[in-house]
Amino acid sequence: MSDLKKIKDEFLPKLKEKLNLSEINEIKSNLFGKNGLISSQFKKIGSIAENERKKFASDLNNIKDELQDLIDNKINEIQNAEIKEKLDKEKIDVTLPERSYVRGKIHPVSQTIDEISSIFSEIGFSVEEGPDVENEYNNFTALNTPDNHPARDMHDTFYLDEKKEKLLRTHTSPVQIRTMLKDKPPFKIIAPGRTYRSDSDQTHSPMFHQVEGLHIDKNINMGHLKGCLNYFIKEFFEVDKIKMRFRPSHFPFTEPSAEVDIGYKIKDGKIIIGEGDKWLEILGCGMVHPNVLKNVKVDPIKFQGYAFGIGIDRLAMLKYGINDLRAFFDCDYRWLNHFGFDPLDVPTNYRGLSR
Amino acid sequence: MKITFDWLKDHLSTNLKEEKLLDQLTNIGLEVESVENLSAGNELFKVAKIVNTEKHPNADRLKVCDVNVGEKELKKVVCGANNAREGLITIYAPPGAIIPKTKIKLVEAKIRGVPSKGMLCSESELNLSDESDGIIELLKSKYEKSIGKSYFAKSSSNLIDLSITPNRPDCLGVRGIARDVAASGFGKLKYFKEKRIKSKVKQNLKVKINKEKNQGCNTFGSCLINNVKNIESPQWLKDKLISIGQKPISAIVDITNYVMIDINRPLHAYDADKIEKGIVVRNSKLGEQFTALDNKVYKLENGMCVISDSKGVLGLGGIIGGTRSGTEFNTKNVLLEAAYFDPRSIRNTAKKLNIDTDAKFRFERGIDPLSIEDGLNKAASLIKEICGGEISKIDIQKNEIYKNKNIKFDPHLFEQITGFKISIKEILNILEDLGFGIKRDKKYLKLNIPSWRPDISQGVDIVEELVRIAGYEKIKTVDPIKERTKSTLTKSQKLFHFLQRSIASKGYLEAITWSFTDSNYNDFFKDKNKEIKIINPISSELGVLRNSIFSNLIMYMNKNLDRGFKDLSIFEIGPIFTGSNPGEQNTVVCGLSAGKKSRLSWIDKERNIDVYDIKRDVVQSLVEVGYSSDKFFIDSETPNYYHPGKSGRLFLNTGKDQVAAYFGEIHPNILKKIDIKTESLIGFEIFLDNLKLPEKTLNDQKTKFVVSDYQKSERDFAFIVDKNVTSQDLINAVSNVDQNLISNIKIFDVYDGENIPENQKSIAISVSIQSFEKTLNDSDLEKINKLIIETVENKTGAKIRS
Repeated sequence: MSDLKKIKDEFLPKLKEKLNLSEINEIKSNLFGKNGLISSQFKKIGSIAENERKKFASDLNNIKDELQDLIDNKINEIQNAEIKEKLDKEKIDVTLPERSYVRGKIHPVSQTIDEISSIFSEIGFSVEEGPDVENEYNNFTALNTPDNHPARDMHDTFYLDEKKEKLLRTHTSPVQIRTMLKDKPPFKIIAPGRTYRSDSDQTHSPMFHQVEGLHIDKNINMGHLKGCLNYFIKEFFEVDKIKMRFRPSHFPFTEPSAEVDIGYKIKDGKIIIGEGDKWLEILGCGMVHPNVLKNVKVDPIKFQGYAFGIGIDRLAMLKYGINDLRAFFDCDYRWLNHFGFDPLDVPTNYRGLSR
Repeated sequence: MKITFDWLKDHLSTNLKEEKLLDQLTNIGLEVESVENLSAGNELFKVAKIVNTEKHPNADRLKVCDVNVGEKELKKVVCGANNAREGLITIYAPPGAIIPKTKIKLVEAKIRGVPSKGMLCSESELNLSDESDGIIELLKSKYEKSIGKSYFAKSSSNLIDLSITPNRPDCLGVRGIARDVAASGFGKLKYFKEKRIKSKVKQNLKVKINKEKNQGCNTFGSCLINNVKNIESPQWLKDKLISIGQKPISAIVDITNYVMIDINRPLHAYDADKIEKGIVVRNSKLGEQFTALDNKVYKLENGMCVISDSKGVLGLGGIIGGTRSGTEFNTKNVLLEAAYFDPRSIRNTAKKLNIDTDAKFRFERGIDPLSIEDGLNKAASLIKEICGGEISKIDIQKNEIYKNKNIKFDPHLFEQITGFKISIKEILNILEDLGFGIKRDKKYLKLNIPSWRPDISQGVDIVEELVRIAGYEKIKTVDPIKERTKSTLTKSQKLFHFLQRSIASKGYLEAITWSFTDSNYNDFFKDKNKEIKIINPISSELGVLRNSIFSNLIMYMNKNLDRGFKDLSIFEIGPIFTGSNPGEQNTVVCGLSAGKKSRLSWIDKERNIDVYDIKRDVVQSLVEVGYSSDKFFIDSETPNYYHPGKSGRLFLNTGKDQVAAYFGEIHPNILKKIDIKTESLIGFEIFLDNLKLPEKTLNDQKTKFVVSDYQKSERDFAFIVDKNVTSQDLINAVSNVDQNLISNIKIFDVYDGENIPENQKSIAISVSIQSFEKTLNDSDLEKINKLIIETVENKTGAKIRS
């Protein structure tokens, strides 16, 4: 029996036994150490007869590879087992709760204002603002509502002085006046903001939100008004079709004036906008009264246009199924959490108003 | 304005169904607010007589009445009215009846242990009047025979409530409404031959309108009806008034009310025998007073338009009459007044005295000045018909002659405003039906405005009439063009938007609270601002404009804590007020955080929320909206509502021009006073108007990308400094040593106590040192180390800790 076969017969079974790492290392050094059995055989190659040398070398390499593989595998096996044992010990309960994260929210009125701004932005309106405290002139007189006009009764006004010259604005319409006094036509603006009336019951709160719209240019007529509001309502409620009704009304600062109703129905206790045969009033509008234009030094012969005022809280209630207006300002943590929006939900034209 | 279809048909011939009519009313601008079926179930309300009353065994105020309702058996009814007594004839509602006022369906019930079959009704419960004191008392003579019969007439039709806009006084009369409906093509307006009084008797009660400045009355028409017998109204008249929810009183009063509602002509009836020596219409003098028909005594100021006689004030013209000269059942001679009162004068007086009456409502909107004779003719004839007597001639005193208004109207204006066309023929038809006088003048129309339309004065008013009657549905929808020539938001609006969402992303819930607040709370937070009072607040708790958002936020925070929540963060972005002039307001983001971090956490150690948590939220949000935190300067001067030692003031840069933000613990005294229970309460305020708008756009902010790939070294230092030296001082000193080499400074320990001298502390910092030019060798580093230590020691009085 050749030395090679002897080595093979001795070590192959040995390597198949169960071994620990040091036993394997011992075998490894017995075979491949400096004077190991295999290493010594390699040293013999030079002394072997030329005709046998080739075969010997080839057999030696084969047996070397075979043993080497076996040893490597064995080592791998043991290391894997060790790692596995270690990792098994490290196992945690992944169903335990994660570290807490506190999520903030945006108030539904703020969200609705951003939605409204986003829609009107698309058709060229820019956002204007005005102060919450107004003078009597901007809030009423300039808007063709002189003192002693019965229309003033419809606005229960909070006053800040006995002369009733300073007040909390009862609508966002004074922003029309400020905007037109400050610039030259054309005007194409919306003005969302806080408004105040001394009225407090189930459906009225002393503070609420409105958005004013104003578009003044040459040749802007009631058709443009209808088109603009139709577009807005469709976009806002994110529906393809909307049932909308313009009905004559009266505001001192517009002539002709209209109120706009949208069709709705109640299905399974939920309000569905845009269909059905019930009407819901959502806004007031009209062609800006020539007297108002004169008051702000805009020539009513050259320029005309429309204005509208929409209750923002009401829109938010309709869109998001909120029943109680008072809750908007009640600051109940649970309510804010429930109806609030993630700060990352920024209404945009390209991503859509809502998810 | 309440009407019925039946009443409308007095003036309108139409085949229209009621449902169609309701739509049409709304379409032409007379909005139908509600439709109420008054007659449904009305037959259930029966005239009944109380036969016997006993005290309720278990309640002092209640009585148990045996009531005859025309059936064999008497009904036992429990009643709480004081006036429930034997023999009283009243109105009985059985179980099943729906009470008109409350819309509640009656059921048989035990009241304090005694079963009650139905109830006895008050006038207010039946919507007959506002009288809720006691049950209805019906006249024995009239109703004795009707016991068991329905109280209400069967034919009463639906009650239609219209919301009439303030510009349309003409539609406060049924005839005006009929005219509008007819003009819109739904029926024809009926014409009546005017009943003119033919009398030879002179009106011998002298009437004079004083000529004085701001005289509120320019015309006063009157006539006398002598020897009348004021009785209850006939059934048709009663039914008419009941059908629109009014309560009949006596023939004379009912007739004046009827004429007022029918043609919007308010009238007043005086007992002529109670007028002393004629009537003078004049301005009141300060201190005059009279008792009005609402039984209140009114003290007058100068210049209110009063109707008076030689004894004094009889009534306020066009607003309310007085008790002294009112008609009663025994009134014999009646003076009927129909006058024109100036809307401004009416409104001024009513506002000052806080009176609201039907007459006032109509006069302040403008009554047809030419309806005086018509009203007197109509009412006087009815009085004669019902109450007998002789009518005098009509006497009219006037200071002014009414002139019809005329305007020149260009029909092209219609299309210019509405965007669609209607034919000239249609224009003429509509205007004619509405009562305009029309003359064509080349391309213009010369229009004579009807005297009942004070609202019309220029071309657009005519356009409104035309488009309203032609139909708003004819207006075309012109789709908007998607084009933007100006940016939607200004820089400061963008800042508002970003900051709002930045703060929310730090775990704060956005709240919106009132702009007004409780002055008690406001006082805590108003700092140097002055209180701004609302002179007519909703309630005293909402009596002032807020000088700070904290007042509301802390109140609501407390409410939420009371609900059992412990760890809360809320914020609001909105106005605070610094004065009562327009523009004296600032936009502020204000937040409050209460409680703990990691409460009851299985993994993290729980701890109170602290100032550094909130400082992080403030700084991080400011960074997110575009400010560089490297430049921030912070000191500890804060308003008195913050904990003086645990609060900070932040400037965007060392220039210290305007405060960007405050942050810190809310002063413990305030927490104590408002009794708020939480482990910790930290707040912040960011002042948007004080933030200089970032001049750079996002695009400019991305500067050239430069980094160093040379070896970075980190060196740690510990300094001992005076307690009042701030870490900011230390960091500033270090970073000024060599800005090219020092890339980052981090504080990793702050310590005082053992081994540190009193009033001193140790601050340990780690400094990153890196060059853009080369790898620093040991001697380079040694040099900079030395420099750092020297500089810090020199500038802050620190000592390096060895």
